[in-house]
Amino acid sequence: MAATFFGEVVKAPCRAGTEDQEEEEEGRRETAEDREVRRQLARKREVRLFRRQTKTSLEVSLLEKYPCSKFIIAIGNNAVAFLSSFVMNSGAWEEVGCAKLWNEWCRTTDTTHLSPAKSFCMFYHLKSNPSVFGSCPKKNMQVIILTCRHVTDYKTSESTSSLHSPFLKALKTQNFKEPPCCPLLEQPNIVHDLPAAVLSYCQVWKIPAVLYLCYTDVMKLDLITVEAFRPILSSRSLKGLVKNIPQSTEILKKLMTTNEIQSNIYT
Amino acid sequence: MFVPCGDSVPDLAGHTLLMPAVSVGNVGQLAIDLIISTLNMRKIGYFYTDCLVPMVGNNPYATAEENSTELCINAEVYSLPSKKLVALQLRSIFIKYKSKPFCEKLLSWVKSSNCAKVIVLSSSHSYHRNDLQLRSTPFRYLLTPIVQKSVQNRIQSLNWEEMEKSPCIPEIDDSEFCIRIPGGGITKTLYDEGCSKEIPVVVLLKFVSEGDNIPDALGLVEYLNEWLQIIKPCCDDPTASALQWKMPSSWRLLFGSGLPPALF
Repeated sequence: MAATFFGEVVKAPCRAGTEDQEEEEEGRRETAEDREVRRQLARKREVRLFRRQTKTSLEVSLLEKYPCSKFIIAIGNNAVAFLSSFVMNSGAWEEVGCAKLWNEWCRTTDTTHLSPAKSFCMFYHLKSNPSVFGSCPKKNMQVIILTCRHVTDYKTSESTSSLHSPFLKALKTQNFKEPPCCPLLEQPNIVHDLPAAVLSYCQVWKIPAVLYLCYTDVMKLDLITVEAFRPILSSRSLKGLVKNIPQSTEILKKLMTTNEIQSNIYT
Repeated sequence: MFVPCGDSVPDLAGHTLLMPAVSVGNVGQLAIDLIISTLNMRKIGYFYTDCLVPMVGNNPYATAEENSTELCINAEVYSLPSKKLVALQLRSIFIKYKSKPFCEKLLSWVKSSNCAKVIVLSSSHSYHRNDLQLRSTPFRYLLTPIVQKSVQNRIQSLNWEEMEKSPCIPEIDDSEFCIRIPGGGITKTLYDEGCSKEIPVVVLLKFVSEGDNIPDALGLVEYLNEWLQIIKPCCDDPTASALQWKMPSSWRLLFGSGLPPALF
């Protein structure tokens, strides 16, 4: 509880997230119907893998069907744009599956017209070298994750307004022995959500993995932010995969223009 | 589930497990950070779970360039074999409806590891105190029946206050009395499960309000230290004893980045 200047007492949210009493009371009032609704919601939120072309679900784990030595994950529109333009446009990549997911925050359901700006998840593998998997962790596998965060999330003793964004930082698991192509993320900065979940898994199960995190002040699709990922093209993991950089730059520019919504309030 | 860092599962039989409850002011977690950092405890494994929000970062207890690049996740286990101490640190909040399953998994691991006892460091909303509590020390303890025999005497000699029962439903006059720990997160669940499953659980908590809770964390570790004597108290001066606890390097910038000079 906190009192405001006007003398009213309001319930302030607890930083430690302890709405425990509410959960306890909910548990006591819960009927069989509530439990069934909760179960159905949980089933709806399950992530399902399927093949887009045949619309059939993938019963066997993707990594069992397509075992690989490199697993590259791009999260967010700028990271996906970078991966599509620079890595996936070198060599022929074949779509092997996609993940269908839903939760109360989802807005995209259309699977046919995808662009880096929409939220979805596709899996591709490199036809010429099936051991590379873009978009289960087995032995001898390396995981590379690309994502973006807003620069205000970055903690530093200087003011964030003095930082020159976008800039790249890395986090790697113990078993990732290659030197990263940018400075490591300093304490006390942390990462949450999907990149953190993947990296945690890899750290616990001793899989070599690296996260390249781009801090930017533009969260929508932006050329300068995508270009900030360039240093990773010189890494040992990606060097062999990227062939034609000038062509990739052209593809990236095209991606940008198709995604821009031309808005002019005067027309 | 517990996943060891190395190839073998460490033997935790007879060890005391210290753990935080994610509670108001994050006092328990800050206290565990102080303990791990001061005693230079070594990481022995991960408590890998889907019940906590995922998070990663570099070693929060780094003291030099060499040890600053070890990746840390949201739930890790540290140990100090010389004092038979094990510490579990939780670094993120529970996902909705997952706190009870987490408690069950945790307590089943405690049982299977044959830990001597579990000490839960926690906190509770200070605004929920009654008149008597407002006038007394802000520290409280709770013991599950099975651990009472072995620690009761020592605790009594310290003149500690046991957590009082309060009306289960405050609005009703003749409501039954029970233990309530508002803002304590999983503390009550751990205590209740400890009672019913005969697990030796000791709860140490402080009444706090949210804000800069570092002094509260220092207070809580000093309270624990009165009993366990994990570091030797140097003298009776409270300010000097607080200096014995080493704050981890990750406590920098707790209240955000530097300020823009243009603000002034």
